[in-house]
Amino acid sequence: MLSFIARRLALAIPTLVLVSLFTFSLQKLLPGDPVLALAGEERSPETLAMLRHKYHLDDPAPVQYLHWIGGVLHGDLGVSLKTEQPVTQMIGQKLPITVELAVLAMGIALLIGIPAGVIAAVRKGTATDLAANVVALAGISVPSFWLGVLMILLFAVKLHWLPASGFAPLWEDPLQNLRTLLMPSLVIGAALSASLMRHTRGAMLAVLRADYIRTARAKGLLSPAVILKHAFRNALVPIVTLVTLLFGELIGGAVLTEQVFTIPGFGKMIVDAVFTRDYAVVQGVVLCVACAFVGLNLLADVLYVLINPRMRASS
Amino acid sequence: MTDVALPARAVPRRPRSRGLAAFLRNRAAVAGAVVVALFVAVAVLAPLIAPYDPLKTNFLLIRKAPSAAHWFGTDDLGRDILSRLVFGARASLLAGCISVAIALGIGVPVGLVSGYFGRWIDAVLSRVVEALLSCPFLVLAIALGAFLGPSLGNAMIAIGLSAMPIFARLTRGQVLAVKAEDYIEGARAIGLPDRWIILRYVLPNALAPIVVQATLAIAGAIIAEASLSFLGLGQQPPAPSWGSMLNTAKNFLDAAPWMSISPGAAIFAAVLGFNLLGDGLRDALDPKEG
Repeated sequence: MLSFIARRLALAIPTLVLVSLFTFSLQKLLPGDPVLALAGEERSPETLAMLRHKYHLDDPAPVQYLHWIGGVLHGDLGVSLKTEQPVTQMIGQKLPITVELAVLAMGIALLIGIPAGVIAAVRKGTATDLAANVVALAGISVPSFWLGVLMILLFAVKLHWLPASGFAPLWEDPLQNLRTLLMPSLVIGAALSASLMRHTRGAMLAVLRADYIRTARAKGLLSPAVILKHAFRNALVPIVTLVTLLFGELIGGAVLTEQVFTIPGFGKMIVDAVFTRDYAVVQGVVLCVACAFVGLNLLADVLYVLINPRMRASS
Repeated sequence: MTDVALPARAVPRRPRSRGLAAFLRNRAAVAGAVVVALFVAVAVLAPLIAPYDPLKTNFLLIRKAPSAAHWFGTDDLGRDILSRLVFGARASLLAGCISVAIALGIGVPVGLVSGYFGRWIDAVLSRVVEALLSCPFLVLAIALGAFLGPSLGNAMIAIGLSAMPIFARLTRGQVLAVKAEDYIEGARAIGLPDRWIILRYVLPNALAPIVVQATLAIAGAIIAEASLSFLGLGQQPPAPSWGSMLNTAKNFLDAAPWMSISPGAAIFAAVLGFNLLGDGLRDALDPKEG
């Protein structure tokens, strides 16, 4: 088991190096000279040379990369060009808000998506299955920002039940915090539960076709308890991997819904950074998200081995 | 085709027509195809269908509710929303198709080379694909869009590049499966050149799941374009696009809710159409799923 994790970790290293190379080369896509933007009005050759030297822009690209990656490894993602705050510090402030949103959304998705998928698979071909499939298809086809807008129209503008915006931190005003996060987490949760339902249904159907379930069924054993004990347990293996992989969808959802509901989280920070052309922040965020994703992939692989006894034996 | 009357059973049904029959039996898939065809027709015939000029502002008609003259109302500059939706179909479908074409154009060759030649080429390409896959689709598209600059063309490039690794990985997997078949071994044994084997034998036999994935990817690309335009990184005003219409509309939720209903419904319907079509194609082309 330990050697498996070690091997898997070793494989993640080249991926991370490549990710950092991509992130670094993003800024090389920029048209124009960044120094001209930094210098502003004062464009004497001496100032430009000084700035170029200060930001190591007079070094060859590989040296620039090594300098940058050295900082990254020490937790230094650079400084925001707009607020002059360290990027690491900005991420540290915004991340908890988005993590809370993500946890709520994932909770909703697990509560709806998995039971719906199990029920649809067990009742394959019935009206229940059809209804679950139609709702799930609608769920993956609806643009999340539009769903957010519709919810604001209904619950905030029309019914005045929930605020459309006005986020409050959890530790300052927990009730207001929950009230402002309810709609956004429902929006993200809806899309996630739709994917989760479709995959759970597929995984369950594959298991229900297996011989041991057919035997159980032939013995008249297919009670709900058997479905849960025999079938669902085996179907869980691909589902667990999927849950970690839904992370990408979760981040994408957070970027859009935080924009719709004006929640000052990680996702809104990316968009704001893009519009203020704060490239250090964009780079830092991309690197951060990609590393988290590589980490989650690793976790998924380890979990996969842990919950699947056949894999455990072979590793 | 022939004058001799053969008993019906003696005519072997080709797999392709069996797939077509399965597809036509799938009512949801046919509905998806109809929706997609409808949107394509609207996009192509936009100048003939749109009742007004989508760019013409009219300060006497600012934010008018839906009426007989303006079915979906007018926007904050007095432009007819229906006409903007009709022309917006062009931006969405174009973005969907071109970005998937970019993804296919790079991803499929990478997957073919990686899967067919194996060894160090495969190791290098697989690592690159994995690194690209490790950045969430929308974040990568936003970052690329940000560094390339906001425009519809750059949004397409960003979406296409972000969707590319999925096709590379899928194609590679298919090639590995096909490569084990006897006919590939045979083709190699008689000394056919690799390029010929790849294009003539490997690619056609690996194509079915790629087509399915491409259809579903168009749905994803339409949402992605709308998302980027909604954030202000796609189609730039005053040119109409569903996402940017929603971006403006969200500032008038109280005063003009109709501005945000129809553009979102258009995105939803188009994406649903492509998703239904993709699901139907998968059921028809791949008997294993279901």
